Amino acid sequence: MKTRDHITQALGNAGYIADGELATAISLMQLLRRPLLLEGEAGVGKTEVAKALAAVHATELIRLQCYEGLDQSAALYEWNYQRQLLSIQAHRGADADAVEDRIFSEKYLLERPLLAAIRRDRPPVLLIDEIDRADDEFEAFLLELLSDFQVSIPELGTIKATAIPHVVLTSNGTRELSDALRRRCLYHYVDYPDVEREARIIMARIDGAGASLALQIARMVEGVRKEELRKVPGVAETLDWATALVGLDVKDLHDAPETVHETLMCLLKTQEDKARVTREVSERLLGKVA
Amino acid sequence: MSCCGASPDFDDINEVSRLVSTRLATFLRTLRDGGFAVGLAEGQDAAALIAAGYAARPGLLRSAFKHLFSARKSDWEKFDGIFDAFWLGKRVRSSSVVTGVAKAANNPSLKRLPNQPAEPRAGAETAMDEVPSVDGTENELSGEGRAEGASRTENLAEVDFRNMADSEQVAQAHLAAAQLARAMRTRLTRRDLARRRGARLDLRRTIHGNISHGGVPISLVKRQRKPKPLRLVVLLDASGSMSMYTGVFLRFIHGVLDEFREAEAFLFHTRLAHVSDAMKERDAGRALDRLSIMAQGTGGGTRIGESLQTFNRWHAARVIHSRTCVMIVSDGYETGEAALLGREMAALGRRCRRIVWLNPMMGWQGYAPEARGIKAALPYIDLYAPANTLASLTALEPYLARL
Repeated sequence: MKTRDHITQALGNAGYIADGELATAISLMQLLRRPLLLEGEAGVGKTEVAKALAAVHATELIRLQCYEGLDQSAALYEWNYQRQLLSIQAHRGADADAVEDRIFSEKYLLERPLLAAIRRDRPPVLLIDEIDRADDEFEAFLLELLSDFQVSIPELGTIKATAIPHVVLTSNGTRELSDALRRRCLYHYVDYPDVEREARIIMARIDGAGASLALQIARMVEGVRKEELRKVPGVAETLDWATALVGLDVKDLHDAPETVHETLMCLLKTQEDKARVTREVSERLLGKVA
Repeated sequence: MSCCGASPDFDDINEVSRLVSTRLATFLRTLRDGGFAVGLAEGQDAAALIAAGYAARPGLLRSAFKHLFSARKSDWEKFDGIFDAFWLGKRVRSSSVVTGVAKAANNPSLKRLPNQPAEPRAGAETAMDEVPSVDGTENELSGEGRAEGASRTENLAEVDFRNMADSEQVAQAHLAAAQLARAMRTRLTRRDLARRRGARLDLRRTIHGNISHGGVPISLVKRQRKPKPLRLVVLLDASGSMSMYTGVFLRFIHGVLDEFREAEAFLFHTRLAHVSDAMKERDAGRALDRLSIMAQGTGGGTRIGESLQTFNRWHAARVIHSRTCVMIVSDGYETGEAALLGREMAALGRRCRRIVWLNPMMGWQGYAPEARGIKAALPYIDLYAPANTLASLTALEPYLARL
């Protein structure tokens, strides 16, 4: 990996408009061999970082989506029980030890994301998404895996990583993560992009969005975010809205205040928020958009 | 500068001059003093970064250190200031840390709680201005009230907390509150265990154990599920009208935080303060001192709606999950907008499993929920109960155990 500017440029080519600090974080990931913990509100583009990183390295993205109750068998490995049963039936009468050796072999092993990530020849990007949704126990297990990059499967023995993956963890802050996990990682707080960066994101992602329209959209979204809303719109919502506006052939927001108000639903995700952003509010916000 | 893809070569650390090492060590100490969790490994990595040439570009070094040493949003936000002050000698705007105890006197119950609980009248005027008067007997109670309290024959369990004059009585009340918290924890865990029926089959172990039967699953192995604790979030009204009760409830919350693996506590009056950390202080005296600082601002009325709004907006996502019970302890005297309180209660109700509202005044004779605040909140409350005596607190237990 090259310097910060190179990383920023490479991420840009992959469709992710990064700020300098994120580029530093990514260069440090390699230099220090630490996982990167991304924290921030939902919809600020944390997951996108991992996708862009995979594109930059031209490597595979392996994603583990965390949820409450996630356990090792879903995250690490599982045995193919049906095949094991069939094999036992087919070798009825054979020596029990021999059968056991056979059915607990590589052939019957189903790898799940974590095992897959450490067994690739070429280091993949391992995205552990929304780690705050998983239980404490899983977090503790993960800590061990992330420090040694090896796992122990009772029937097979220890499996060491062939290549250390680039690990990205994301958290929405629904649960406080342990200090142990936090200290293991590099930390980066992902905030909503500023107007200029959001405009560049729109231009990079939406065909047909010119610079002036993208800037207007970004300013308008910034205004909406400052309103007292239950769900503050994220970058994904901005892109939805921009797509809608471009699709409706809007060239300048001031020319189409009606359309602007009607399409604002792309940004507002609850009934309460929709009720709050009345026509007057959207006109006021539009007035501030130069 | 170039940072190649190779692993860090820690031998390079030797190249870092002694001066820089000392400076770095001092910086690490500064960070630790500032609440950063910085260990040896981070220190080594930082030295490796300096050796790798990062020191030549302060902006880059700051960004790299920021990622390395921060562990949470609060670290992230204050890091730049600390870095600039230390390495670049820049003056930093001091953040608005609450200091001093000047306003703690506004809430005597908080200040008094640890050691001198025998002066219940201080500040009671504020309370009595706002709440209906019950009886006139407390006027006789004073700092000298110890002998009177001891001579009374009433059952302690039935004494309203605000009438407790004796430090021993208060101590007993505190003990009972802590016991109640413990009992709740045990019950909740037991109920939780009993509710979980039908353990899932552990196929791997089942197949292992039945190879000799030709794979026919004769003996089944069940997968044990881990117990999942319920979480309790307590929002305690620390306003003037509640001042006679806050002491006991603070002690109750202290017990709850001790006993529950997952519990969070907040104080509110005109604003909301997250007090879990302060409550986790093992030394009760220090815990309550810290709380008296946080309870500043009493006397300006109670803005329950606004406090709930702050809670919903900034804290709810982090502290509430599907197995959370929110307990609000307040008399419901809202000086803000009652409609806002209703809206925020509705929002809170959508997030958590249950809302329990404990109102000390409910135990008073002739009390009816007429206050605008409590009227607006009532439709969203799952359990509305009195909590002005030990007996009423104890009576709560079976309800809470059923959550």
